[in-house]
Amino acid sequence: MKKEGQVRIPSGCAIAAVISRDGNRMSGERIYHAMKPMHDRSNGLGGGFAGYGIYPEYKDFYALHMFFDCRETRKECEAFLKERFEIVKSERIPTRTIPAITDEPIIWRYFVAPLKSLLVSMQIDEKEFVARTVMKVNAELDGAYVFSSGKNMGTFKAVGFPEDVGVFYKLEEYEGYSWTAHGRYPTNTPGWWGGAHPFTLLDWSVVHNGEISSYDANRRFIEMFGYKCSLQTDTEVITYIMDYLLRIQGLSLGEAASVVAAPFWSTIAAKTDLEDKEKHIFLRTVFPSLLVTGPFSIVLGFDGGLMALNDRLKLRSMVVGEKDDRVFIASEEASIRVMEPDAEHIWAPAGGEPVIVKVKDGAF
Amino acid sequence: MVIDAKDLDSRTLNARLRETQEPCTLVGCCGQRFLAAGMSDKEIRIEGIPGNALGAYLNGASITVCADAQDAVGDTMNAGEIIVHGSIGDTAGYAMRGGKIFVKGNAGYRAGIHMKAYQEKLPVMVIGGTAGSFLGEYQAGGVIAVLGLGAENRKIVGFFPCTGMHGGKMFLRGTCRDIVFPSQVTARPAGSSDMEELRVYVSEYCDLFGCNADRILSSPFTVVTPDSKNPYKQMYAAN
Repeated sequence: MKKEGQVRIPSGCAIAAVISRDGNRMSGERIYHAMKPMHDRSNGLGGGFAGYGIYPEYKDFYALHMFFDCRETRKECEAFLKERFEIVKSERIPTRTIPAITDEPIIWRYFVAPLKSLLVSMQIDEKEFVARTVMKVNAELDGAYVFSSGKNMGTFKAVGFPEDVGVFYKLEEYEGYSWTAHGRYPTNTPGWWGGAHPFTLLDWSVVHNGEISSYDANRRFIEMFGYKCSLQTDTEVITYIMDYLLRIQGLSLGEAASVVAAPFWSTIAAKTDLEDKEKHIFLRTVFPSLLVTGPFSIVLGFDGGLMALNDRLKLRSMVVGEKDDRVFIASEEASIRVMEPDAEHIWAPAGGEPVIVKVKDGAF
Repeated sequence: MVIDAKDLDSRTLNARLRETQEPCTLVGCCGQRFLAAGMSDKEIRIEGIPGNALGAYLNGASITVCADAQDAVGDTMNAGEIIVHGSIGDTAGYAMRGGKIFVKGNAGYRAGIHMKAYQEKLPVMVIGGTAGSFLGEYQAGGVIAVLGLGAENRKIVGFFPCTGMHGGKMFLRGTCRDIVFPSQVTARPAGSSDMEELRVYVSEYCDLFGCNADRILSSPFTVVTPDSKNPYKQMYAAN
C-alpha cells in the first residue's frame, strides 16, 4: 500500500478534549467513549489520542513513541538513538489484540535524555536537539516514525475508529490531567498509522477537523526553518507552525492564534482598541505566510494546557462546556454530554477566537 | 409513546419513528443524526442532544427539542416546525424553503444560509437570543428574525450578516448602528406594517417559550431587504 506522502487523494473528522484545571488526573477511558456519538464523522482510517501527565515516573525524560516496519529497522534506529540519547527505558507499548485493529506496526516507546556533551558541542538547547532528531528520523530513516516526543505526555494512534483505538492501546490504564482525541476521515491521503492524529512535536500535539487550503504556502514557509513535512497532511504543518510561533518566536498562545486565524483586514480596521489593532496589523504583516485558510477546528495540547481554535470563518463546528474543575471541547455537544452529562455553560467560540485553558500553576 | 434512544443508532431510531403513528418522545438522545429526516404527520419530542441534520428535508412533522440542538437543523426542510428550547449550532435552516424554526436561545454561524421561498412556501426562523456571523448568507427568500433577548450590550449578530443576500427579509431587534451590512442590502427602521408582520412571528415565539410579545415589540427593530431581486442580472451584460 502507498503511504502518506506517496499519494494524494482529493474532510470530515471528529475532535474532543478534556482538561482538569486543578490538575486532577483522569483515566483515558472517558475520552474514547466520548468519540462514540461522533462515530459517523470518521471512516475507520484513523483514530488517536494524546494524554498529558501520563508518565509522572519519567516526567524528566522525553517519551519517544515510535512505529517500526520490522525488527531490523528498530535495531537500526536504536543504534542511532543511542548515539544521541541516554535511554533510561525502552519497551513495547502495551496493546490489546482486537478484531477492529489489524496490521499494526511494531510499536515501541523510549524514555530518553539527550546526551549533554552533544548539546554543548552543537550549541543548541534540549528541545531543539530533540526536535531535530525527530525530523531526521522521520525524514531519513525508512520504516521508522516518531509519533510522540514530549515529556510526561504521549500520543496513541492507529488506523481504525477512535473508540477501537482507545481499547487497543488500553487507555483506561493511563491517567492524565488532559486528553485530546481524534477520529479521522482522510480526504487527501490514504490513511496510515503515522498519518492519524494527533500530530506532535515535543509536547505540542494537534488534533484537527478540516481541510486547509493554504497547505503548500504554509509548508514552503515553515520548511525554510528546518521543519520537514513528510506526510502531506495539513495537520502536520499546523503542528510545526505552532512549534515555530510558540517555541522559536516566543509568541503567546493568543498571538499565535491571531497569526493562523487572522481576522480580515476589514475587521482589524474596525477595531477600536488601538493597541490590539496595532498588534494584529503587526502579526499579519510579519507572518503572512502562516495564515491558515480553509476550514479547521483544532485543539492544541501542550504542557499544562489546551487551546481550541476555529478558522476565522468558522467552517467547522466546535463547542465548549465546563463542569467543576474540568473544561470540555468537542466537535459536537453530544460528545461533551458523554464525558459529563451535567456539563454547564455550553457555548460555541467564534471563528478565530482561541479558547485557552491552563492547569493552575504547580497543580501537576 | 416513549422511545429510549440510548444505544440505538440513527437508522434504528428513524425506523422506530416511522413505524409509529402516535406522538413520540425520544429520551436519552445523544448525537444520533438525521432524526425525523423527511418525515410528515409526526409529533416528536426529544430529550437529550439530537445529532446533526435534525429534521433535514422535514415535510410537515413537528419536532420539539428540550435542550440544545447541533448543526444543520432543518436542512432543506419543506414544511413543519422545529422548536428548540436551548441554543442551536451552525447553519440552522440551511436552504429551507418552508416551515418554521423557533430557537429560544442563540444560533451559531450561518443561520438561515440560502433560505428561500417558493410560491406559497415562506420559511420563517425566529432566534430568541443572538446569531453568529454570516447570518442569512445568500438568503434568497423567507423571513429571519433575531430578538437579541439577554444580549444586553452585546451585538445581536456577528460579522458579515446578509452577505450575498438577494431575497427575503430580516428583522433585527434594535437600531443596528453597530452592525456593518453589505452594499447590496438596505437596512431601515421597521415601519408599522413591518411590525404587524413581525407581531405574528414574535407572538408565536412567546406562546412557545412563555414571554411577553408586547415588551419585545416595544423596542425598535431594523428591517433588512436586498436592493434587487436579481443582483446578478447585469453581472456580464444587461439582458
